[in-house]
Amino acid sequence: MPPPPTLCAEHLLFVNPNLSILPMNWLTNFVRPKIRALVSAQKEIPDNLWEKCPGCNAMLFKRELEEQFNVCRHCGAHLRLPPAKRLEMLFDDGAYDLIALPKATHDPLKFRDQKRYSERLKEAQSKTGQNDAIMVAEGLMGGKAVIIAAFNFAFMGGSMGIAVGEGLVIAAQRAVAARAPLIVIPASGGARMQEGILSLMQMPRSIIAAKSVKDAGLPYIVVFTDPTTGGVTASFAMTGDIHIAEKNAQIGFAGARVIESTIRETLPPGFQRSEYLLDHGMVDIVVTRHELRETLIRILGLLTGKAPANKNKSAAASLAGPFPHGARTLPLRRK
Amino acid sequence: MQVLEFEKPVAEMEAKIEELRHLSDDGQVNIVDEVARLQTKVEKQLRGIYGRLTPAQKVQVARHPDRPHCLDYVGAMVTDFTSLAGDRAFAEDQAMIGGLGRIAGQACVVIGQERGHDTESRVRHNFGMAKPEGYRKAQRLMHLAEHFKLPIVTFVDTAGAFPGVEAEARGQAEAIARSIEVCLSVEVPLITVVIGEGGSGGAIAIAAGDYVMMMEHSIYSVISPEGCASILWRSRDQAGEAAAALRLTAQDLLQLGVIDQIIPEPLGGAHRQPQAVYDAVSKAIAHEMGVLMSLDGKVLLERRHAKFLAMGQKGLS
Repeated sequence: MPPPPTLCAEHLLFVNPNLSILPMNWLTNFVRPKIRALVSAQKEIPDNLWEKCPGCNAMLFKRELEEQFNVCRHCGAHLRLPPAKRLEMLFDDGAYDLIALPKATHDPLKFRDQKRYSERLKEAQSKTGQNDAIMVAEGLMGGKAVIIAAFNFAFMGGSMGIAVGEGLVIAAQRAVAARAPLIVIPASGGARMQEGILSLMQMPRSIIAAKSVKDAGLPYIVVFTDPTTGGVTASFAMTGDIHIAEKNAQIGFAGARVIESTIRETLPPGFQRSEYLLDHGMVDIVVTRHELRETLIRILGLLTGKAPANKNKSAAASLAGPFPHGARTLPLRRK
Repeated sequence: MQVLEFEKPVAEMEAKIEELRHLSDDGQVNIVDEVARLQTKVEKQLRGIYGRLTPAQKVQVARHPDRPHCLDYVGAMVTDFTSLAGDRAFAEDQAMIGGLGRIAGQACVVIGQERGHDTESRVRHNFGMAKPEGYRKAQRLMHLAEHFKLPIVTFVDTAGAFPGVEAEARGQAEAIARSIEVCLSVEVPLITVVIGEGGSGGAIAIAAGDYVMMMEHSIYSVISPEGCASILWRSRDQAGEAAAALRLTAQDLLQLGVIDQIIPEPLGGAHRQPQAVYDAVSKAIAHEMGVLMSLDGKVLLERRHAKFLAMGQKGLS
């Protein structure tokens, strides 16, 4: 038997399963909520189990949320999706090979604000397990080889510095060499200012990379996810053959605060969201995350003028998209 | 002339010289010596100040209101200049100047941002902050240049692309992205001079060229020092530190291999002897046009791509 709970703040701060089976009395009904209110509701639920939906405030069980590729089952809000999950969601059977990217731990300007850039890099690396904010992979979609480059917003806001530029260059080279389409999926605040002018130069650099794919006659598709802003939107992202946006993603050039301080008025509702860009002719299609894979496979099939993928035996099983199958079970192949 | 804080000692002496000159009109010969003495002192002081400008001071000089702007350069060194207007889709944007003309006799297309010099012209030119139509106008003129095999010369001087609701609605990001792409696609020489402030995406949109020059006291940065400070230091007051950290001076950029040449300015900045500046810039452009015009368009493009593809690659392992 566990010891009976006493009126101690430490007990009341955390979820104590024993409390719920206690007989109702004034202690649990009155004192506990009062004390809870005093110390606020912090840490009632461990961080790693639940996530609050930014759309409807519902508490979502994290494992279930991940199975739904971070789409809220109540309101359909699209939460940010780490690149590994995104690759798993898009490739046939969730299987793909990562393309090795050079390790970029260098700090060209020896940049330092309140913290050293080199330290910020190391923190981001240990937080995400990635070298930098981009992952490049190759695999099959609808049975056909595709290269995907996906950003990780959790890595310094998905900002584009030299290493991200390099990732895009390598992805493009791989696509041209393999005669495969390139899909780039940005999620980025823009250029990485800690790399100064060299991060700005990744704008032309990434555009050359994307252009080489287009010049080779291969499809170059951009999937805008939340958020895509600044120097990333204003470079390779806006030069796609096809622009697809996930619903309600923030997409724009200038940040909302900068605009508000320029025009000194509040911004219109829905401003810089996917649907706004669709209305203004900047993206071709807005899709839900559940429709993304199927949409990409269909468009790639049409652009490359090949027979529909469902006539391809190897792809038949994956055509319906990831969701009817639930979470994919095949192990991931990684280099 | 507007006096910057760190130039005050010089300005005081210059005022004194002016006063003495006034007196010397009365024929007092000994004052001439005094003026000459002070003049030497002024030059010495200017040399001292301008020889070791901090990055924050460079930012101030680059934005100096009396500094020659795009239209000043065009007026002084482009003959037969014929201004061309409009993006053929939505509007004319006077933040982005464009037209045909001749530099040192060579016909070319000139494009550049104009900030304006007084309230009325600043408003008309939107303080040099172009909107999507400005960048689409630039694209149109670059295509025009390519069609008629004319070299392109761009003058960069902008705090950045205009950040406003209408600009976003019309696709500011797309306009900049395509403008960079056109810079990287035209098979004619593209020469850029950063004359004042090279502000981020708004600058690179017309600066992804074969040969990029910067004036000695101009700056070129991914973000304004004020913007950087407010994000990373959470206060605009740290703009001086941000200016140093960003490595945004012409000297930094040459060292980083991002630009090809620095054009020296007269003592005390371009605004003190603009004519000397126009001559130097015209000469530098003419020389480079000669070099690049001798190359085949495809070769130019290959070189341009190789140059930008290599940027930043050195430190990767």
